[in-house]
Amino acid sequence: MALDTDKKTLRRKYLKRFSGETKFMQGDAACAYGALYGGCDFFAGYPITPASEIAEVLAVELPNIGGYCIQMEDEIASIGAVIGAVWGGARAMTATSGPGFSLMQENIGYAVMTETPCVIVDVQRSGPSTGQATLPAQGDIMQARWGTHGDHEMIALAPTTVQECLTLTADAFNLAEEFRNPAIVLMDGEVGHLREKVVFPGPTEIKIKERRLTDSADRVFGGEAIPPMVEFGHGSFVHITGSTHKETGMRDVFTREVHDRLVRRIYSKIDDRRDELVRVEEHFMEDAETAVVSLGVAARPAMGAVLRARDKGKKVGFLRLLIVWPFPDKKISSVGKRLKRIFVPEMNLGQISREIQRFADCEVISIPKIGGVSHTVQDIYSVLEEKR
Amino acid sequence: MGSRNADMNEQQVSESALDVSARSRLAHYLREEILPTAFCPGCGCGTVLNLFIHTLDRCGIDQKDLILVTGIGCSSWIPSPYLKADTLHTTHGRPIAFATGAKVMKPDKHVVIIAGDGDLAGIGGNHLIHAARRNIGLKVFLVNNYIYGMTGGQVSPTTPAGVCTTTTPYGNLEPPMRIAEVVAAAGADYVARWTTHHVRRLMYSMETAMRKGGFSFVEIISQCPVNYGRKTNFKEGLDMLGHFRSNSVFVEAASKMTESALEGKIIIGTLMNRERVEFTKALRDFTAERVSQSGALED
Repeated sequence: MALDTDKKTLRRKYLKRFSGETKFMQGDAACAYGALYGGCDFFAGYPITPASEIAEVLAVELPNIGGYCIQMEDEIASIGAVIGAVWGGARAMTATSGPGFSLMQENIGYAVMTETPCVIVDVQRSGPSTGQATLPAQGDIMQARWGTHGDHEMIALAPTTVQECLTLTADAFNLAEEFRNPAIVLMDGEVGHLREKVVFPGPTEIKIKERRLTDSADRVFGGEAIPPMVEFGHGSFVHITGSTHKETGMRDVFTREVHDRLVRRIYSKIDDRRDELVRVEEHFMEDAETAVVSLGVAARPAMGAVLRARDKGKKVGFLRLLIVWPFPDKKISSVGKRLKRIFVPEMNLGQISREIQRFADCEVISIPKIGGVSHTVQDIYSVLEEKR
Repeated sequence: MGSRNADMNEQQVSESALDVSARSRLAHYLREEILPTAFCPGCGCGTVLNLFIHTLDRCGIDQKDLILVTGIGCSSWIPSPYLKADTLHTTHGRPIAFATGAKVMKPDKHVVIIAGDGDLAGIGGNHLIHAARRNIGLKVFLVNNYIYGMTGGQVSPTTPAGVCTTTTPYGNLEPPMRIAEVVAAAGADYVARWTTHHVRRLMYSMETAMRKGGFSFVEIISQCPVNYGRKTNFKEGLDMLGHFRSNSVFVEAASKMTESALEGKIIIGTLMNRERVEFTKALRDFTAERVSQSGALED
C-alpha cells in the first residue's frame, strides 16, 4: 500500500519535480509549499480571509505526499487538532487571520506550556474585530508576542516577499522543533495575496531539523533546557498537561519551586539563545546617520523610501526584521547608539516602534498607517525629508 | 499487558469482572503511586474509573494501544492522572479537537475521551457535534453530574430546570440539554445513556463503545453529592443513586410515554447503534489513493 512508503521519501521525491522551477505565485500558496519543504504532514484549519488559500493549496498537495489536511469546525479546534497530531508524530501547522488567531490564543499557550512544536500562520488583516476583513494590516505583532496569558517567550517570523513566505514557513517548522515551541509566521493580507516570482528550492536545499525523541517519559518536561519528546503509542505512558507539571509531566500545581523551574526553563530556552535568533537584513548601514527599521510588507515601500533618500544624498540606512520575536534587542540597542534617528513604518498605530524605543537610545519616529492600504514610498519619504 | 489469570476462561472473567479479586489483574492500568484519588466522598467518578478499567480488561486492550484525552473538570481527572496510558490533558472543552489530531495520526490506537457535561456539552459542545458528524472513531464517555463541580457548583447545560445552584440561586430558568440525543442526531455510530447506579449495563455499554469502529458515545449520569446534592437535598451519594434507580426509564418504555410523563425521568439504554464509514479510515484510503496517483512514488 502506498502509505507504507516512508513519508520522508515520498516528500523528497514529490518536491524534486519543483526543484529550481520559477513560478508566479501568491504568498499564501508559497506559504503552503514552504510547509511542504518544512516537512509538514498535517494541517488543520478553518476558512478565513485572507488565509484560506493556504488551506486550499495544502488540501491539494498534502494528500499527494501522504499527509493529512482537515477542515475543523473552528480555529480553536484547528490548533487543538494540530497539537494532538504533533504528539501523534506529525509536523503540523494551522493558518488563520486575526479573528481566528484571537480564538487560538488559549491553545497556543497550551502548546507553549506543553512544549509542543507547531507552526501557526497568521495572515494579518485589518482589525480590531472583523475590521476590514479583506484588507491587510500588521496589527497582530504584539498579539503574536503576548496574545496568550502568562509568562512565555515566542518565535515569530515576518516575510516581506512571496519567496520568503515559502522559505520562512519552512524555517518556522525547524525553529519549532529546535526550541520545542510554537513558531508563528506573521504574514499579512498584502503579501498573502501578492503574486510575484518564486524560485522553488531543491528538495534537500532546506534542511529538516528532525524531532529529538526518547522512549521514556521520565524527562520529557525537564532535566535539560530543551528535553526530547515522546510519541504516542510507544508505551511511554506520557502525561501531558497544561497545568504546572514536574519533569515527568505529572501535575504539581501547588509547589512554588516546580512552577518557577518549569516556567523559567520554558522562557529561558529561547531567551538564553536569542542572539542565535537574530535575523535582520541590513542595507546602507556603514555610513548611516538615520535608519528605517521595518518588517513584513511595510518593508517594501520602506526600502523604496530609503533608496530615494540615498539618491538624494541622504545617509539613511535600512534594517528589516525577518525574525520579530524574540526581538533583536542587542542589535537595535547597538545601532541606536550611533544613529540620530530611527524611522519605523508599520501598518498599525505603532507596535514594533515602541519595542524599538525600549532599546534604542536615539529618537524613534513611528510612521503608522491603517485603513487597509500599505504605505506609499512618498508616505515614508516625506517623513524622512521632514525630520532629516 | 498485566497478568490476566490464564486459568480463567472468558466466561469466568466476565462473571468475576466486578469482583474485588480483580484488583491485582487491573492495577496495571492505574498510576498506583498517585492513589488514592482526589474525588469527594460519594462521587461517581470512582465508579466510572473502576468500570472503565474493567472494560479495558474485558476488551483485552493493551494500554500501549490507548490514548486518553481529557479536558478540565472533575471527571477529567479519571484518566488524568489516575490511568496509566498516554494521556493528553487539554484545555477546557477541547479534548475532542485534540483527540481528532491524535486519531488521524494514530488511527490504530484506541483514542478515548472521558470528560464532563460542562466540558463536552457546554464549552466544547461544537466539537462533540462535529466529531459525531465525521463519525471519527473516538470513544467518548461523558460523565454528566448536572453541575460545574470543580468550580463550586454552578449551573451547567444539563442542570434540570428549577434546580438551585450557586449561579441560579433562585432556581434554573433554562431547560437542560439532552446531550446523548444531540450526539445521535449529529451522526454518531453508537450512543447510549446509563447511570452510575446501572453499573453492569453501563460496563457492557462501555465495552460496546470500545469495540465499535465509529464515533461512540456513552452519557453516564453520575452523582455529585457535594456540589449538586447539597443544593438539591441529596446529602449522600447513595441518595442520588437511589434517585437514579427510581427515575430511570428504559428507552423502549420511554418511546411509549408522553412528554409530560417523562418529565424528570432519565432515559436509559441504547439510543443509536449503526455502522457508518469511520472518518480516519476514509481519510487513509483516500490518501493512499492520492499518493498512488500523484506520482510521488516515481523516481
